[in-house]
Amino acid sequence: MTAREEILGRVRQALGREPGQTPAPAPEARIRVSSIGLDARLDLFQTRLEALGGKVHRAVTLIEARDQVARLIGDSAAVASNAGLLRRAGITALPGVGSGFLEEPALREACTTASFGVTSADYGLAEMGSLVTFASSEARLISLLPPAHIAVLAKATLLTGLDELYERHPLPAEGSSSMVLITGPSRSADIEMILVRGVHGPGVVHVIVVEEDI
Amino acid sequence: MARRVSIFVTCIVDQLFPQVGLAMAGVLERLGYEVEFRQDQTCCCQPAFNSGYHVEARAVAAHFIRVFRDAEFIVVPSGSCTSMITHHFFDIFSGEEALHEEAGYLAPRVWEFSRFLTEVANVEDVGARFDGVVTYHDSCHALRELHIKEGPRRLLRKVNGLELREMSIAEECCGFGGTFSVKFPEVSGGMARTKIESITATGASTVVSIDSSCLMQLQGALAKAGSPIRTMHLAEILASR
Amino acid sequence: MWIKPAQEQGIRKTVADRKVQLAVYSATARLKEKRAEAVSPDVFPEYEELRSQANRIKQHALENLDHYLEQFEKNVESHGGRVIWAREGAEVADFILGLANERGVSLLVKSKSMTTEEIHLNERLEHHQLEAVETDLGEYIVQLAHERPYHIVAPAVHKTRQDIADILERRLHVPREEEPEKQAMIARRTLREKFLAAGIGISGANFLVADSGAVVLVENEGNVRLCTTAPRVHVAVAGLEKILPRAQDLAVFLKLLARSGTGQLLTVYTSFLSGPRRRGEVDGPEEFYVVLLDAGRTRLLADKEKRQSLFCIRCGACLNACPVYRKIGGHNYPGAYSGPIGAIITPQYQGLARDPWLPYASSLCGACAEVCPVKIDIPRILLELRKQITESRTGGLERMAFRLYGWLMRRPKLYALAGRMAGKLARIPGLAKLGPGAAWASQREIPLPAGRSFRDEWRERKKS
Repeated sequence: MTAREEILGRVRQALGREPGQTPAPAPEARIRVSSIGLDARLDLFQTRLEALGGKVHRAVTLIEARDQVARLIGDSAAVASNAGLLRRAGITALPGVGSGFLEEPALREACTTASFGVTSADYGLAEMGSLVTFASSEARLISLLPPAHIAVLAKATLLTGLDELYERHPLPAEGSSSMVLITGPSRSADIEMILVRGVHGPGVVHVIVVEEDI
Repeated sequence: MARRVSIFVTCIVDQLFPQVGLAMAGVLERLGYEVEFRQDQTCCCQPAFNSGYHVEARAVAAHFIRVFRDAEFIVVPSGSCTSMITHHFFDIFSGEEALHEEAGYLAPRVWEFSRFLTEVANVEDVGARFDGVVTYHDSCHALRELHIKEGPRRLLRKVNGLELREMSIAEECCGFGGTFSVKFPEVSGGMARTKIESITATGASTVVSIDSSCLMQLQGALAKAGSPIRTMHLAEILASR
Repeated sequence: MWIKPAQEQGIRKTVADRKVQLAVYSATARLKEKRAEAVSPDVFPEYEELRSQANRIKQHALENLDHYLEQFEKNVESHGGRVIWAREGAEVADFILGLANERGVSLLVKSKSMTTEEIHLNERLEHHQLEAVETDLGEYIVQLAHERPYHIVAPAVHKTRQDIADILERRLHVPREEEPEKQAMIARRTLREKFLAAGIGISGANFLVADSGAVVLVENEGNVRLCTTAPRVHVAVAGLEKILPRAQDLAVFLKLLARSGTGQLLTVYTSFLSGPRRRGEVDGPEEFYVVLLDAGRTRLLADKEKRQSLFCIRCGACLNACPVYRKIGGHNYPGAYSGPIGAIITPQYQGLARDPWLPYASSLCGACAEVCPVKIDIPRILLELRKQITESRTGGLERMAFRLYGWLMRRPKLYALAGRMAGKLARIPGLAKLGPGAAWASQREIPLPAGRSFRDEWRERKKS
């Protein structure tokens, strides 16, 4: 007997169930999808993220967002993802910004030397100050390897919280191998409960919220 | 016309702290209750139950039910024993329909002393006087199984001359835990000492609880540490005049 | 044997160690406080409702576990991953060893996983000359010190910065550094190289999502993301009880987990991983495996009363709340899991005969159940285990004492007489300090028996 058959057999025996027996209906998953207005969402998002040590910048237009990114990275090297939003804003064409990586080794190489990783985000979650990124739209290493992460987020994609996210994406695996929620800079309190930022992931997180419809 | 209450004087109170039982009876009588003590009562069975000896626990619990079957109010100077009777008798008799049913009939008639005062007798000021600063220790079963938190404090605040000062960790266990106290003496003693630090920091001269077992633990540890702080059951405070 | 002398000595030593006591007490106090703030009704009114819901979902998931496991497997495979079933810990190690051999991998990076601690995976891999590096900061420190984690969410909680300075200096041959921030940066630099060189990344799983075939991982540092992204192969090792039916259930559990563990609204990173890199994705692992471990869990599943032990989401709140854990610390609990949850699951995973003292190492204060986000009734399970233990053993002084107790307490007159006699005996100097009395007296003064019991006083009073 394979381990699979044996374990499933033990489970069924423990529960008194037959192979293929359908389960009773599962209890209701969510309790409420709270929703607040868009402006309130942005304010809350900013409050929450900044309480964690992140920084929120507001930009009216994509051009303004690009200028803010340029200011933040200065003369440093940066890697930008292939997201359409960054290209349209002209961020991928900024001096010092590497972009357009289609192969992992080249991307990895660029990310290990860059000071900034620039990405878009699929959503923001106001209640926690979180960014939501799907692997289908964003490479994972850009928001992970460089010491600082800059995310450009369209204001219209700000959701209230987790309930809303899972309501929109009841099956997050359908179009993407990963969905990552990023809530502030990397941190650890493993040494004497003292807060340290940037332990493995970026210790600095900037979010530029673009207010115009994009 | 005064109503009749039956008191269950727990084995620890009966053998080691009879003054607590007398004080409780005294307060109830002062409030106009006729107090009866059924001489056949012994123990609630908790020592055996908590140690895993359910056969013995069941026998003692059944004895308790026989003794108190027809009492209208059963008042107990212990949160822990009350919870044993009102919550865990159901576990003990889960396989015995008749006794399970009796436990269900009994449970609503069993009252922890402070709760009886605040919810049945409906009093907060029992006319007591006690000069001094006290701090109150929440005993675990009273707090977490019976959800008794504010009642004893309200009663204490109404005592003339008494000042109640909260300690930082009122809800933390004193470390008694029945046989735990002798199975793991260093751990149990350490827990008591942590509690005592918090008690001492209040500047209180007396620590009060509604469970004599906690007080036995704290008193023993206070004495060992040479502390002048003394322990008193709530009933003793309320009986003071 | 009830408790091994070495275990008893270990407990005594920890209780007497002022440095460890202070470190553990203050850290747990801090976590306890942060949790209490995060779930207080004014900032989180839905807390109680969510707890009940989490409890119901876990119960449902376990009652239909075979169905959800099969669904999980099907979905993992549909995204190009593979599920491996392991009856025991050795089978997990065998699988990973085989994989490492086939792929020519000698360096593995690991993110914190209690399940792999439970099955001693690192030791098994090291035995075969593989290097498995822990990458969570606390876990890395503990690994360098050749110890095991002290706390489910704070593995190095017992170490001071000076201890850590010693460890880093000795093991990594770096200049001594006592600043936590700089110590963390030493770890960052050292581990960054490991992440980029490792061929396999091993993670645990906080949740397995059946309707998505996904592994969910929460963390604050980014090491989990690195372990599951940088190496070519990702292997997640998880107890089979970690199943949730739907991705939507995460809206309930994620809100509870971080708040209960550290008081955060959400951990910094929450990864929902459903397989290897897909077409059009630039990075992510090329191979994705989920190892489902039994190792005693199905036996526990069969026990209806205690099945709820498997609801645990490893938040660590019960450890912080537990006055016993806070005294005896994490290393005196046998097995990987410490604190109240350890006291109930270790004996159930390994069998009751091995450490029968574990369920007794509790004052039954109930602080654990009060903070459990999925409402596991830990004290009830402890009581149930104690019952099973006494029923499975015969003889012993304690049993005789309770037999006598059971006999005497049904005979009120004899009980009263025995009480009078005991009262007199206890006054004989030294006698009360025999047997359990000695254990009591080692820490506390023995209460003097009253001159007369309540019942005698009362009878006297009624006469007059």
